[in-house]
Amino acid sequence: MYGKCNNPYGHGHNYKVEVTVSGEPDLETGMVCNLADLDGFVDRVVMPRFEFSNLNELDTFRNLVPTTENLSRELFYLFREQFKLATVEKVRIEETMMNSFEYAGGRELHPAAVPKRVEG
Amino acid sequence: MVYLTRKSEFSASHFYHNPKLSPEENQRIFGKCNNPHGHGHNYTLEVTVAGEVDERSGFVMDLKKLKDLMNREVIEGLDHRHLNKEVPEFRDKIPTTENLAIAIWNRLAGKMNGAKLHRVRLYETDDLFVDVYGEP
Repeated sequence: MYGKCNNPYGHGHNYKVEVTVSGEPDLETGMVCNLADLDGFVDRVVMPRFEFSNLNELDTFRNLVPTTENLSRELFYLFREQFKLATVEKVRIEETMMNSFEYAGGRELHPAAVPKRVEG
Repeated sequence: MVYLTRKSEFSASHFYHNPKLSPEENQRIFGKCNNPHGHGHNYTLEVTVAGEVDERSGFVMDLKKLKDLMNREVIEGLDHRHLNKEVPEFRDKIPTTENLAIAIWNRLAGKMNGAKLHRVRLYETDDLFVDVYGEP
């Protein structure tokens, strides 16, 4: 089933993670949330856990195959549960430049859900 | 529901011409694209499938199968082809990016092995792409 990915010595990826948050722009700052806070959260919480790690050895993946499908769900819930300064809508992970995965908490991604452009 | 997107590239040539219109009208509507000698593009295709993650495999759909399917149904028939002259969908249809994306959707629809075809995104250039979501 897993082909080359089944090699027990593992293999690495340079994952790229995109997180989408939503909210009303704050009246004073004009921001949904301060990007510096989101960057800080990633540096403080996300990177130490995952950067240069062997995903199979993490507690999260003890009983879960670390496919990028499952990684995108785990990251979504990490952001959703711990980043409280805006609403976490979606995590998108590029595994390679040819493959990517999106998870929005099980919510369907539909064109109708794309915010409409504000006229005028 | 997890969404999986696989990218692929192909090159093809085309020109825009509607035989029901006068040469002047064709020129006015299609401009440079009306040149009957055609011109080429390096298209980038993104196919997104949606589905629940299989508990046993951790997959929405086996990426290798998606890649093989895209190669077999789309890339083999379009890569290095003249869309107007060689691709059956464009015998009576102008091979715009819109129509090409719809043709690609139709080639892939119903063949996703349990997952759902969610979106076909086709880039004609870096600045221009078309999304097709099929029937709602």
